[in-house]
Parts: sequence; structure tokens; C-alpha cells
Amino acid sequence: MGKVIVVTSGKGGVGKTTSSAALGAALAHKGDRVVIVDFDVGLRNLDLVMGAERRVVYDLVNVIQGEAKLSQALIRDKRLETLFLLPASQTRDKDALTPEGVETVITELKRVFDWVICDSPAGIERGATLAMRHADIAVVVTNPEVSSVRDSDRIIGLLDAKTAKAERGERIEKHLLLTRYDSNRAERGDMLKVDDVLEILSIPLIGIIPESMDVLRASNIGAPVTLADARSAPAMAYFDAARRLAGEVLPITIPGEKRGIFGKIFGRKAA
Amino acid sequence: MTKVLTDARSIRIKGRSFLAVVLSPDLPFDDWLARLDDLAARSAGFFLGRPVVLDVTDLPIDRAQLKELLAEFSQRNVSIMGIEGARPSILGQGMPPALKGGRPVSDEAVAKEPVIELQNNPADSKSAVVESRQPLQSIIIREPVRSGQSVIFPEGDVTVIGSVASGAEVIAGGSVHIYGTLRGRAMAGSVGNASARIFCRKMEAELLAIDGIYKMAEDMAPSLRGKPVQLWLEGDTIMAETLI
Ligand SMILES: Nc1ncnc2c1ncn2[C@@H]1O[C@H](COP(=O)(O)OP(=O)(O)OP(=O)(O)O)[C@@H](O)[C@H]1O
Ligand SMILES: [Mg+2]
Repeated sequence: MGKVIVVTSGKGGVGKTTSSAALGAALAHKGDRVVIVDFDVGLRNLDLVMGAERRVVYDLVNVIQGEAKLSQALIRDKRLETLFLLPASQTRDKDALTPEGVETVITELKRVFDWVICDSPAGIERGATLAMRHADIAVVVTNPEVSSVRDSDRIIGLLDAKTAKAERGERIEKHLLLTRYDSNRAERGDMLKVDDVLEILSIPLIGIIPESMDVLRASNIGAPVTLADARSAPAMAYFDAARRLAGEVLPITIPGEKRGIFGKIFGRKAA
Repeated sequence: MTKVLTDARSIRIKGRSFLAVVLSPDLPFDDWLARLDDLAARSAGFFLGRPVVLDVTDLPIDRAQLKELLAEFSQRNVSIMGIEGARPSILGQGMPPALKGGRPVSDEAVAKEPVIELQNNPADSKSAVVESRQPLQSIIIREPVRSGQSVIFPEGDVTVIGSVASGAEVIAGGSVHIYGTLRGRAMAGSVGNASARIFCRKMEAELLAIDGIYKMAEDMAPSLRGKPVQLWLEGDTIMAETLI
């Protein structure tokens, strides 16, 4: 049986879709069978980031409403044959997703795939709670700033209360993915420090993704950043995060903190 | 013939109790409202969706003044669910209903179980109704209280093993113990208990209250920030000191 991962955040625009695609591709790259499900009904985005927008025929809502078979709606990635996408509908509204329908689809996907990655919409309402509903693992995407951290904290509360696992009295595995980390801004002190974010959210960290033009470039060519340029800084950070998700233990480096002790002292003084 | 009810289903009536916030304004209202605005501004969302009862006992006001006061509340989006202690003559059409018998929960609690100090004074307790005394209750929360969550326990003490997030709150009838960072709101003695205290390992609170007396983050000595702190009540003042 595959594992279900929800990529969630509360706050919008923090990098959920970017991270779903990058992590999914990284896991598929090592041969695992991966499907990424776009739960952002009405605002579908994942197909663009994956470069599959012209190949969308059926979507998640069609499957749930019995208008298409799951196999008809799944789109295989052109670059990685173990990577699949289940797109969201652009035309329907959010209420088209039913809890029963979602459960049926996820159960079926778990049978076929090693990883089912659910790209959650922003917010803490129905769309977000449906996306997290059947997750075994949550990747909480957070930017190092106050409002994002607070929203993530709310989402963690929901993960511990509103998921099927929580209702069965089990605990959902939660990981923090810090994205859009800007080392220049961190040095100037106008971003929360990694330690502070960790202390507030108190869940384990699986990666710090630097703010980088490479992410934009990748999305412009319609490829997950881990496939567009595997040796770019964000891609390498996503590859490491994917390995940690799969259970490996690796040290985490804070982007931009490779300078020696001298540079550090200087940086602190300037701050 | 008598009329027979064809539908055998009965109507379900359930009782439910809510912890309401009681506001007791004093005169002049302008000053009091300014203080309320100050409190509301600094504790974002505190009154949102919370049942609020207006206590006007012993206030020498007439109907027009009460009406004005209610208008001030509705302007602030504070919805008053009832008015306590109002002479019938000042209540008018379209006002929230008069509430009676809404004793603070503390009255009941004290009546049932003689006060907490008994534990320190076993000698005195003999004179009280010992057999009716129930042990003070407590609950332990073993994980962080997350933003948007509330822990409400009017029956006694709340202990949190973990932090209380900004935007989260812990409301206890007794004392509040936080073995972590207190970033949100903590209210001890929430149903009337001036001897309740607040303890935390690291003080970053947004709002603190003991027995209805409030203190905001800005009102606190900067030397307490980030420190292990305990707070208690002396008269109408919240006192605080660092714990070593
Ligand atoms: N590490 C990064 N560096 C630079 N830009 C980034 C990074 N991560 C994400 N972005 C950009 O931020 C924007 C939002 O990202 P994305 O769509 O992944 O967020 P989201 O959380 O899915 O948003 P929504 O809540 O709207 O679904 C995009 O333009 C994306 O290219
Ligand atoms: Mg998105």
C-alpha cells in the first residue's frame, strides 16, 4: 500500500504546488511510482507547473462524479514514466468534491502507487481539510515570516484533529518544509530565523528551500524544478527533502551559511 | 374527541452551557469604552464569536443611556447576548433579553467545595463541610496548543506540556501552567478565583488575565519577556516575577 502525503500550508502562495511537483518528481526519479493529485479545484495550477496543461482531458471531479475512469484521468509525465498527475477541474466549484468521492479515489490510488501526493489549496476550509483527510504524512510548507508561521500552526492543529488518522486516535506524521528562504534577508534580520520557526511549530524539519530564480525558470518551461535543473540549489534541497521523506537521515544545511566563522561574526554585527 | 398527535417523535431538548464573557462597564462610559477598544485592539479577535453578557448592576443609568451603550457595542461588532442586573424600567424594545440567575460559576463552585486555601490550612477545613468537598480537578494537555485552538476548563487547573501559540488560548477556572512558551492568551481564575496563578517557562504572551483582570503584553516589564514567569493577583493588580 502506498503512502499518502498532503502538501499543505494555510497561507496561499508559499510554494505548495512548486513543492508537490518537485518532491513528486524527486521520488519518481529514484523509481518509485508517484501520483500528484491537484486538490485546488477551480484554480488548477499543477498541470502548468508540470507542463501537462494541454493534455488534460478528464479531472478529479470527473472521476468523483463517475464521468470518467481513474485510468482515463491520470496523465503520465513525458520525462519520467513513473510520475503521474491527476489534475483538478478548472470550471467546477469547490463543492464538487465530496468526502466519499475523495476517499474512493485515494483508496484506489494507494493500491497502485507508492506515493500519493495531495497538493492542497490554501486556506483552512473544506478544500484544505478534504486534501488532508486521508493523509499518512503531512508536509507543512512555511515561509519564514510571521503570518505564514501562524497559518501553519493552525494547519498543524487541524492535522491533529480533522484527519481520518486523528479520528482513529492515530497520529499523522508531520514535517516542516521551509521554502523561499532568502539568505540575504535572513542576514539583514527581516525574516524569521530557522530556529525560531522550529521552536514555534515544533515539528521536524525536512528541508530548507532557498528563494531562487531557478524555480520561476522551471515553471516557465513547465517542469518541476528537480527535473528542470537537478543541480540548482532549490532542486538539490528538494532531492534531500524527498530522501528524508522516504526515511533517510541527512544533515540539513541553512542556505547561505557556508561561510566561515569570520563571516558569521561580521554578519551578526551588521544585523 | 381529543386531538392526537400523529407524529410520535418527541422533540429533543438539550441543555448546554457556554462560558460567557461578562462586561461590567463603569461611568463615564467614554473612558470605559476607550479602555475596551484598547483591549480589543491589542487582543485581536478576543470578542469574536464569544457570548458576551452585559452587567449593569448598580449603574445609575436610564434607558437612553443603555441604548446608547448598546449601540456602541454593536458598532464594535460585540454582540451582547443578554443584560444582567438591569432594572426593568430601563430595558426597552429591541434590546437583548434580561438574564437572571446567571451567577458566576464561582458561586456554585464555592458553595459546593470550600475554597482552595483549605488545602493549605487543614486545621480550618474541619469547620467546613469536609465530606462535600471534591478534589479540585485538573487536566493535562500533552501537546502544543496551536493557533486558533482554545482549551477551556472552568473546573480547575490546566497544565500544558508544550507551547501555547500566538492566536491560541488557555482558559482555566484554576491556575494555568505552561511548560513551554506562552505566546497566546492565558486566563486563570476565569470563573472567579483571585488566588489562581499563571506560570510559564517562557513569557511571550499576548494577553493575560486572572479573575477577570487583564494585562496586555505591552503592559509588562520588558525584563519579563522570554523569561520563566509567574503571575498572581494582589487586589486589582496583576503582579509578575521571574522564576529562577
Ligand atoms: N523557492 C522559491 N523561489 C522563488 N520563487 C518561488 C519559490 N517557491 C515558490 N515560488 C514562487 O512563488 C509563487 C507561488 O508558488 P506556488 O504556486 O507553488 O504556491 P502555492 O502555495 O501552491 O500557492 P496557492 O496557495 O495559490 O496554491 C510561484 O510564482 C512560484 O514560482
Ligand atoms: Mg498551489
